[in-house]
Amino acid sequence: MIHRAVAALILAAGVAAASELRPSRDFLSPELRALQDDPSRHPGWLWVEDGEALWQRGERSCQSCHGGIGSMAGVATRYPAVAPDGALLNLEGRIERCRTQQQNEAPFGTESDALLSLTAAIAQSSRGLPMRVATDGPAASFIEQGRRFYETRQGQLNLACGQCHDENAGRRLRGDVISNGLGTGYPAYRLEWNTLGSLHRRLRACSLGVRATQFPLGSPEYLALELFLASRAAGLPVEAPGLRR
Amino acid sequence: MANPIVARITLPDRARRGEVITIRVLVRHPMERAIDAAGLTPLPRKILHRMRVTYADEEVFRADLSQGITANPYIEFTTIAVETGAIVFEWDEDGGATYRREVRLVVT
Repeated sequence: MIHRAVAALILAAGVAAASELRPSRDFLSPELRALQDDPSRHPGWLWVEDGEALWQRGERSCQSCHGGIGSMAGVATRYPAVAPDGALLNLEGRIERCRTQQQNEAPFGTESDALLSLTAAIAQSSRGLPMRVATDGPAASFIEQGRRFYETRQGQLNLACGQCHDENAGRRLRGDVISNGLGTGYPAYRLEWNTLGSLHRRLRACSLGVRATQFPLGSPEYLALELFLASRAAGLPVEAPGLRR
Repeated sequence: MANPIVARITLPDRARRGEVITIRVLVRHPMERAIDAAGLTPLPRKILHRMRVTYADEEVFRADLSQGITANPYIEFTTIAVETGAIVFEWDEDGGATYRREVRLVVT
């Protein structure tokens, strides 16, 4: 009986309630936060500028259908989202689909500079807006998959995501501060990478960190997790392009 | 030789004569750290080893960079606004390439 009560307490502590979650910027050092807020010093803006140029490039440019990139304000707050055909798409996936199906061009390819640039430019136009992904209807089963992934202990270190990102958020790990792991800053410029990178690249680093299976970029596992993370971040601002250590 | 370079140069559009202005320069310049990991492609060693800034026919700033420099280097410096004209930014890269950008400053 007591055991069960204790177990229930531990479980309850495992995943923080939405009200306890803090935006990722709160976990940055004051210097990095200032850098993230300053487009004149933030190297991520090199990609944003590139993305804004890509937006207008070509005969069937993004702009020719969607108008100026300003029209994308708010879009990043709704992704990942389920497409009419039932596929779960994140922002990168949506761009690639537009590119192959509407523009009849070859896909950019995951983690290519072009895809990262366009994603950063589109996400940047939602900067500061609150996340609000759909969690009902066709998204519900993906959310559930993502939640299961988040709550399952993995890897040789046998850790679930929440054991760091809920129970130990705000404490230090390897010289960095553990955030709530919301992913709202991605694509982000990570100083460790020396470049802009996607959330899935970051998730691969997480998987490696707990010595678990690293899934491919754009894999269904990471997509479902990305959706679950976005649902956790509901109401918190988009920070992309973020700046991370 | 003047090739395009992706740079973000931030400075005020206009300044008063004698005013100290801050100039911020961020350059897109990839680099890899010789780490053998999936997804990382080797890049040739090409360092922007010198940045020169000329304004009003005078060199106002020069930086010698070495292999310790980060990718996408960021440099901030100040100068005194003396006359309306172009501020010329030049970079020398290993291998002999030179890049050049100009930004106009209006002095009132």
